[in-house]
Amino acid sequence: MTAESTAQARTGYRERQLVVLDVNGTEHEVLVEPRRTLVDVLRHDLGLTGTHVGCEHGICGACTVLVDGRPARACLMFAAQAEGSAVRTVESLAGPDGELSDLQEAFTRHHALQCGFCTPGFLMLAEGHLAACPRTDKAEIREVVAANLCRCTGYQTIVEAIDDCARQRRNREED
Amino acid sequence: MTTTANPTRGGLTARALPPENLVTAGEVAAREGTAGRPRAADSSAARRAAGSVPSAATGGEAAHPTAVDSGARHHRPAGRLVGASVRRREDPRLLTGRGRFVDDLHPAGVLHAAFVRSTVAHAEVASVDLADVLATPGVVAAFTADDLGLGDISARLARPVEEFVPTDMPILARDRVRFVGEPIAIVIADDAYAVEDGLEAAKVTYRTLPPVVSDTAALAPGAPLVHDNAPANTLVDVAMFATPGIDEVFAGAACVVRVRTKTGRQNALPLETRGAVAEWIDKDGQLVLHTCTQTPHQVRTVAARSLGLDEQAVRVVVPDMGGGFGIKCVVGREEIAVAAAALRLRRPVKWIEDRKDALTASFLAREQRYDARAAFDAEGRILALDADVVCDMGAYSCYPFTAGIEPLMASAEMPSVYRVPAYRVRGRAVTTNKAPTAPYRGVSRPQYVMVVERLFERAARELGLDPVEIRRRNVITEFPYTGVNNITYDPGSYRESLDLCERLVREEGWYEAKAAAAAEGRHLGIGYSCFSERTGYGSAAFAARKMEVVPGFDIAEIRMDTTGAVTVTSGTQNHGQSHETTLAQIVADRLGLDLAKVRLQQGDTDRITYGWGTFASRSVVVGGSAVGRAAAKLADKLLVLGAHLLGTEAGEVELAPGGGVRVRGDHARAVPYTAIAEIAYLKSNLLPEGCEPGLAATASFDVLDDGTFSNATHACVVELHAGTGRVEILRYICVEDCGVAVHPQVVEGQCRGGIAQGIAGALFEQVTYDDNGEPSATSFMDYKVPTALEIPDVAIHHLETPCLFTETGAKGAGEGGTIGAPAAVLNAVNDALAPTGTELDDTPVTPETVRNALANGPRAAAAPTGEEDR
Ligand code: FES
Ligand code: FES
Repeated sequence: MTAESTAQARTGYRERQLVVLDVNGTEHEVLVEPRRTLVDVLRHDLGLTGTHVGCEHGICGACTVLVDGRPARACLMFAAQAEGSAVRTVESLAGPDGELSDLQEAFTRHHALQCGFCTPGFLMLAEGHLAACPRTDKAEIREVVAANLCRCTGYQTIVEAIDDCARQRRNREED
Repeated sequence: MTTTANPTRGGLTARALPPENLVTAGEVAAREGTAGRPRAADSSAARRAAGSVPSAATGGEAAHPTAVDSGARHHRPAGRLVGASVRRREDPRLLTGRGRFVDDLHPAGVLHAAFVRSTVAHAEVASVDLADVLATPGVVAAFTADDLGLGDISARLARPVEEFVPTDMPILARDRVRFVGEPIAIVIADDAYAVEDGLEAAKVTYRTLPPVVSDTAALAPGAPLVHDNAPANTLVDVAMFATPGIDEVFAGAACVVRVRTKTGRQNALPLETRGAVAEWIDKDGQLVLHTCTQTPHQVRTVAARSLGLDEQAVRVVVPDMGGGFGIKCVVGREEIAVAAAALRLRRPVKWIEDRKDALTASFLAREQRYDARAAFDAEGRILALDADVVCDMGAYSCYPFTAGIEPLMASAEMPSVYRVPAYRVRGRAVTTNKAPTAPYRGVSRPQYVMVVERLFERAARELGLDPVEIRRRNVITEFPYTGVNNITYDPGSYRESLDLCERLVREEGWYEAKAAAAAEGRHLGIGYSCFSERTGYGSAAFAARKMEVVPGFDIAEIRMDTTGAVTVTSGTQNHGQSHETTLAQIVADRLGLDLAKVRLQQGDTDRITYGWGTFASRSVVVGGSAVGRAAAKLADKLLVLGAHLLGTEAGEVELAPGGGVRVRGDHARAVPYTAIAEIAYLKSNLLPEGCEPGLAATASFDVLDDGTFSNATHACVVELHAGTGRVEILRYICVEDCGVAVHPQVVEGQCRGGIAQGIAGALFEQVTYDDNGEPSATSFMDYKVPTALEIPDVAIHHLETPCLFTETGAKGAGEGGTIGAPAAVLNAVNDALAPTGTELDDTPVTPETVRNALANGPRAAAAPTGEEDR
């Protein structure tokens, strides 16, 4: 009844725009359709596949990145909306030699990840929260963690890891 | 192939264990002075005495014993890795965004696929017009079933047609659609946005048929047929056991209780949806299918058949996986369609399921109806169990399990941890116009455990017995125990876990808290569930279900290279369970190697002969034993070659810690593995006569009897809120026994994650359909996945009854949490509701039902439900 289209992919008449993004301190220029989301640009145009997609409708938080330091759902933003902002992804957390940050260390110590699919989202959520509220406590962390979904861990160890990291940061500050 | 006893564990059964050997890690830690017993008991009791009950969700820290120091488990010799919570080797890449999931693969020139799906639940397809789809900018191709001519997915049971009606699932629907979301055509475009544009231009016309949207409608006389060859819409109908005289037992029993319940349809819901990237590689003459499956070889077998290729022309490769929980252990029609499109177009094709399709058109589970009765004597001893189980399996049988997966599991195993002398069951799978079903973590056990545990609670109430006491009088305590269901249960700690769990609840003061709450007019309830879980089903167990394909064994291969490092392949398939760490621990111990010297490879059908993947809590039992045996075989060769180098006999040498061979009693005479590897590969002229070059071994493992049972008791404390109907979980305690825990922290992770999913089923999640068969939960707005505010912290205590036939003494640990939670939660809710006289047996328990139940007031105001016709 149907077969391959004989024509080549008809790509010609899709409108594109040049978007300039600051991601993890590096400037990138991408030519994309206006409807292209930030998460798709990060993952598929810039190759930063650490940011994940679990729902594309703003609930699961797997796509959480920092936009000007604040956690944001990269699936709910068009790439163009991130122009002029500093975007940070999970790829920015470890040291240049791959050394894990204190937050990442806390996650592995507490077994706060199993499949790891939700993990980049939780890391960026926590990174944003700890920067904004260094005096946070466990109850507050639990509320923040409730912004994202994890299907594997039952959340307890994620809360514990973030709380542990927060305490250690405070201790270091006091020293 | 099953060993009857692990020599190091022989004779160490729970029965033989003196009580002091069955201790929690916390207790061991206390004895050794490294960690306290749960600190919670005193402080939280004190707080409650002051009138404030700490909540699990907020500020409940004192109520939660700090997770026990897992490293403190007993029996672990110094230096042994099995039993140690080493750092997970998966973590660094997953934490830094360097994992590689299927949607991270981006071969050059990749095209994107999506599916035209049925918008109606039941219809004949009158026409499919894809002209406008093909005219859409960016669209490259679109194919229907006729275009691709693929073989169907056919799952079979070797049962007579009265017991099993075979049905086939086409890759793309041909002339008939049977659920909303059924794939009709595959559309391929040059990007993921254009393919969505293309879908919108598809024109499908239907001649609609009346839909069948519930099990009761399916079984109603004169119901429309979902499959023309399945009368009464029944795909599986088995009547089992029927102990002679069971009706007389019921007639003469002091107490007969009944539970009728319906459990909601759920989605296993891995956070990563399904997806695949397929590509034809000319150089290898192979179709490479990257797909996030729990069972790569199974996908290869079905894909090759469906595509008409030899299996060697199909290579299935599994990237990192974002969970599975069963939904990815059956073959999906989409992954085959994507493979066919890539073959046809000779270009890479990617399909990533969106969340709406994942919720509505993938595989679902758990929608079951039970009508169960139990007879007890006046002392609360169970005399008989009689159950009718109907499972709504949706539109098709899944491969390889068939629609029998749920009813056969429930029928075979329902007597649970109790000594049930008489048993009768009828188990049915009915087909409806809903998305099909697949195994989901626990498979029927969350449901039947809930039913059995409700029966016990109800009997306790009728007989005026304590609900824990009635269980105590009935749990199996003598092992091995062969039940009325012809299953032999290996040693477990059923009674011990129950006792310890109750003691913990008492010591923490929850009974006083409940009384105090009642005095204030608040509604606290305490619920338990006591259960076991058969783990690591082998060929025998699946054959007993009469599956034509029996996914039982596993094969492991091990190779040592010239640097003395080893590569191990396993047919199991990690998707969050930490196999790269735990299976490597087993091998490292066997060979005395550093963990860093052992690397595990999975998920590539070209590297592994055959394997059955990961499901049914099988990996540590079957896969772990296979890698252990392969390592032992390699060790034999290392000993022969080491002895040769040392100028002695193999009987005179042993493996040396750190990786070498040494002379027994003369440890200074030793050779490192690197020296042995040198003659095995680089200087094979030095090999002893008759010894082949290379250092490799292959071994397999299967469970040829009834397998091994993990067990646990869960306790849950809830408070019901009258205004909102909210069920708040104040406390959750789990006492589990999965034998030797290879990695205790991972076991605890499995428990906690499993419990979260069990709570989700008990209180939150449900896929519902309207009268037309239209699914109502199409996003996370409607399908309520619980968050950190709904899921409580869980205190976990370990008991250890080692498995007698696995290489490590381990039993499976993947599903227990999910199995025990619904019963514990539901029993706690009903305990809190006891003064009202209302009992709730259906799940999920919604705020509305709780609010209504509380509004019903005291017992006198309402008759108990579910017992009116007793
Ligand atoms: S993918 Fe963005 S919130 Fe789920
Ligand atoms: S670790 Fe798997 S979803 Fe969170």
